[in-house]
Amino acid sequence: MVAVATTAEPIAARGEMPRLWRGVVLALAGLYFLVPLGAAFWFTAYNRVTGFSLAPYAELWSAEGFWSSLLLSLGLAAATIALVLLLMLPAMITVRLAAPRLRPVLEIICTLPLVIPPIAFVAGYSRSVALAQDLVAPTPFWATLTAMRSTTFPAVLVFAYVILVLPFVYRSLDAGLRTMDLRTMVEAARNLGASWPHVMFRVIIPNLRSALASAAFLSLALVLGEYTMASIMGYRPFAVWIVSISGSKGQLSVAVSVLSLLLTWLLLLLVSRGTNRGRQA
Amino acid sequence: MKRSLGAWPLLLFTALAFGAPAVVMVTGAFDRGTETLALTMQGGYLLALLNSVKLSAVVAVLGAVLGTVLAQAIVTSPWKPLREGVLTASGVLANFGGVPLAFFWVATLGNSGLVSGLLGLPSGALYSFWGLALVYLYFSVPLMVLVIAPALDGLKPQWREAALNNGATAWHYWRYVGLPVLAPGLLGGVVLLFGSAFAAYATAAAMGAGTVLPLITLKIAAALSGDVQTGFENVGLALSLDMVLVAALVMAVYLPLQRRSTKWLQ
Repeated sequence: MVAVATTAEPIAARGEMPRLWRGVVLALAGLYFLVPLGAAFWFTAYNRVTGFSLAPYAELWSAEGFWSSLLLSLGLAAATIALVLLLMLPAMITVRLAAPRLRPVLEIICTLPLVIPPIAFVAGYSRSVALAQDLVAPTPFWATLTAMRSTTFPAVLVFAYVILVLPFVYRSLDAGLRTMDLRTMVEAARNLGASWPHVMFRVIIPNLRSALASAAFLSLALVLGEYTMASIMGYRPFAVWIVSISGSKGQLSVAVSVLSLLLTWLLLLLVSRGTNRGRQA
Repeated sequence: MKRSLGAWPLLLFTALAFGAPAVVMVTGAFDRGTETLALTMQGGYLLALLNSVKLSAVVAVLGAVLGTVLAQAIVTSPWKPLREGVLTASGVLANFGGVPLAFFWVATLGNSGLVSGLLGLPSGALYSFWGLALVYLYFSVPLMVLVIAPALDGLKPQWREAALNNGATAWHYWRYVGLPVLAPGLLGGVVLLFGSAFAAYATAAAMGAGTVLPLITLKIAAALSGDVQTGFENVGLALSLDMVLVAALVMAVYLPLQRRSTKWLQ
């Protein structure tokens, strides 16, 4: 998945265009993109036995595993967002203020996850975790690592997700930092006697609010829909749960998919709202 | 050293969480000399790799062409809400891959799908090469619209007017002015689409496409999940290395192009 900002500026209409051509293109595109949406909804709402009913959408909430997998996904998302911001924010501020030479390094680190396919990454990652477990077996760290692999809250999955969302967080924060004069602000605050924590929480973070929000929402959308890494490593968050019920409860899995499209829509709407407001400010 | 202190946690974290898997992947792939890698270059594994490359290439080229046509239709439209609506929808659909996408299409063209029933499609039509290509285009075309719309906006109407005033036909304009200006953006889009289709795993896995159309991502998952005999984990790592090499090759084309096309649009 790649998020691309829609920054195009509108232009004036270009004289006489053959309107027929445009109509045909738009009609075909509309057909291709809307038919699956309609078909998916109809699939959930109609079957030959009961006729039309929205029962799958009501049944959903009490389905076995729905809440536990959703809560696991939300927990993973929250931990991922917290950790990635904790790592990225100081790094990006440092690179801007004190160590501009590290900038290319940071850029490469934050581009690599886009180049490496997630399944290839998780192949190496899950093997490394297993090897690390063997390595620390005789030491007290064994218990720590085992706890990090527990199915109730797999911290090892959070680390993998941090890598996954790095490029998107980098882009959001970079766009946010571009809109402010970080150096002047920090120097002014420091000269007035503010401590570093004060500068961070009362000066920088309030100015980055919309960038932080869009980084968080993008990460949330990515983690909620993530299937590849979780299924390979044997955990059961939301996306894995949907696949696991698809065999026995086809209607239910499609109903969840419809809801998750709506959720994606909502999250990305919030992201673009945040970015626009940031731009106007 | 002290000045860059704030960047150290991130650098250490990525060195561990990204560097260790890379080392493990390479050492695992070369565990018995080049034997394991050679194994991934023959028989069913080679077929899966070729299927993945073919599918991604078809999706990339078709997606780029269709996405550009659609983008041109909305960019030249005088009706602004249409443009805004399509761009917003593209933003959502380009990010809408994975599991839900698979179930949308299963409900539409799957064996008990609504449209396959209406059209009387043979069972399994969705799980073929072209079926999967149709599914992948659902996120590839919107991605192309997002990538190419700014470039299409950059085509100045004056260029077209100048060409037409000098007696060029619409064909001449596109052949000698429009396409050369768009070329870096178009090629960059093709590469981006190729990369995202090549890496896609969740959609194919959720559809259960592996039995009819083996793909390299599905082979890696099978090798890792241990439903084949033990010792095949290294085959999974070698296949992953193959994938990384293909993806790196493709990105080596993309990055310079992206730099060039951003230069054009400034």
